[in-house]
Amino acid sequence: MEPNPNLIQRYTPSERSNHWMVAILFFLAAFSGLALFHPALFWLTNLFGGGAWTRILHPFLGVAMFLFFLILALRFMHHNILKSQDRQWLKQIKQVIANEDEHLPPVGRYNAGQKLLFWVMVLCMLILVVTGFMFWQPWFAHYFPIGLSRLAVLLHAFSAWVLIAGILVHIYAAFWVKGTMQGMLTGFVTRIWAKVHHPLWYKEVSDNEKQS
Amino acid sequence: MSSLDIQRRSATTTEPPQARHSVEVAKLIDVSTCIGCKACQVACMEWNDLRDKVGHNIGVYDNPADLTDQSWTVMRYTETEQNGKLEWLIRKDGCMHCADPGCLKACPSPGAIIQYTNGIVDFQQEHCIGCGYCIQGCPFNIPRLSKKDNKAYKCTLCSDRVTVGQAPACVKTCPTGAIHFGTKEAMKDYAETRIVDLKSRGYEKAGLYDPQGVGGTHVMYVLQHADQPQLYSKLPDNPHISASVQLWKGWTKPLGLAGLGLIALGSFFHFVRRGRKVAEDEYAAREKSLATVQTSQSDQPPAERV
Repeated sequence: MEPNPNLIQRYTPSERSNHWMVAILFFLAAFSGLALFHPALFWLTNLFGGGAWTRILHPFLGVAMFLFFLILALRFMHHNILKSQDRQWLKQIKQVIANEDEHLPPVGRYNAGQKLLFWVMVLCMLILVVTGFMFWQPWFAHYFPIGLSRLAVLLHAFSAWVLIAGILVHIYAAFWVKGTMQGMLTGFVTRIWAKVHHPLWYKEVSDNEKQS
Repeated sequence: MSSLDIQRRSATTTEPPQARHSVEVAKLIDVSTCIGCKACQVACMEWNDLRDKVGHNIGVYDNPADLTDQSWTVMRYTETEQNGKLEWLIRKDGCMHCADPGCLKACPSPGAIIQYTNGIVDFQQEHCIGCGYCIQGCPFNIPRLSKKDNKAYKCTLCSDRVTVGQAPACVKTCPTGAIHFGTKEAMKDYAETRIVDLKSRGYEKAGLYDPQGVGGTHVMYVLQHADQPQLYSKLPDNPHISASVQLWKGWTKPLGLAGLGLIALGSFFHFVRRGRKVAEDEYAAREKSLATVQTSQSDQPPAERV
């Protein structure tokens, strides 16, 4: 099949699969975690076969999410290094929110908001996996002194909150910027999408096309 | 005890039933008349049908060496020198049945921990999910998870016996009468007479251990040295639910939940008010404004543009 000349590839099949594995595991880990976060959400344990099963499954889901996330983060890390022009983009965040993008500094493969979210997610994932082990019953909790595991449950809940809040924003942003969801589902975005939202990345891609 | 007698229920945010009232009960352990015979440990095993596995002697009288899912009470022995004399302090350790139970506060499973109106704090193993949060919440290090079934266990204050008007098994069996049971008021009154007696015998700091940091307890001690609870196998001086547990299980939870809801709601209304970023529209607009600028520039000098 001839490739559609209006589309360019943003994500390879492996990158997409990796992303969606993390996403699926995120939903499972988040729902099982939220079930134990507040009594109002305890009904979510029904999705996992009851309270005890939720407690048993949650850490395994979390560790699996962490491992897939680790691979994803290593893949995308070099795209997410914050540069000096990112500071200017963040200063104009009001215009971003107001959909007045024409005066924003040109964006590369990812904008400053995406990069910042990336690093917040990395930090949250690391805290979650480390603190999670500190009260994982019945195998690991007893290796840690009680004072430490009390702090661990608090930090675990806090970083899970930040992670979930961040992912809510991530999901909305993907819907907000039309064509983005398509990019992660099919791997392809339109040339116009790239030109408008990620002009520096588009330049890179089209330069490569000319060379080859 | 029936559901009418429930005063507090883990992971439950609505009011408990309040139609019926009952008096608070308490167990009073008079450390000064305990001889360390461990009859209470045996009675506890017997009544509750518990059989801990045979352990090892670790060189001291403590046996078993610690509380387990099968040993809900253990005697802890301490040798100490006070006022130039050797003292052998023996404390029967087990659940204190706090008025403000840290285990109940920490438990995420609705109804897995119940506090009855008489003050007894009871674990309902059928609802226990095995997370061990009760261990984190407890200021006295009491609950133990079973390695067999991953459920948490501890002293029930023989809630089944108390329901039918009987004293707990350990109280019934104590050969020296060091363990008493009755209403909390009666136990405080009796403790007072013991304290007066102890003071007359030279234990000037004798007193009642009913720590207010956890709202008082429904298992209390008469201590010869009430100013130094630590002497008694590290009985905490001022037990309270740890600040990090308070923060973890306090106002932060409803606030956090509301915060997540607000982010989702905010996103939806952002879409409703501002709409999506559509590259095609944006591109067309940019081309147009670029074209306008270019034409206007070529037509006439910018200074004359109005």
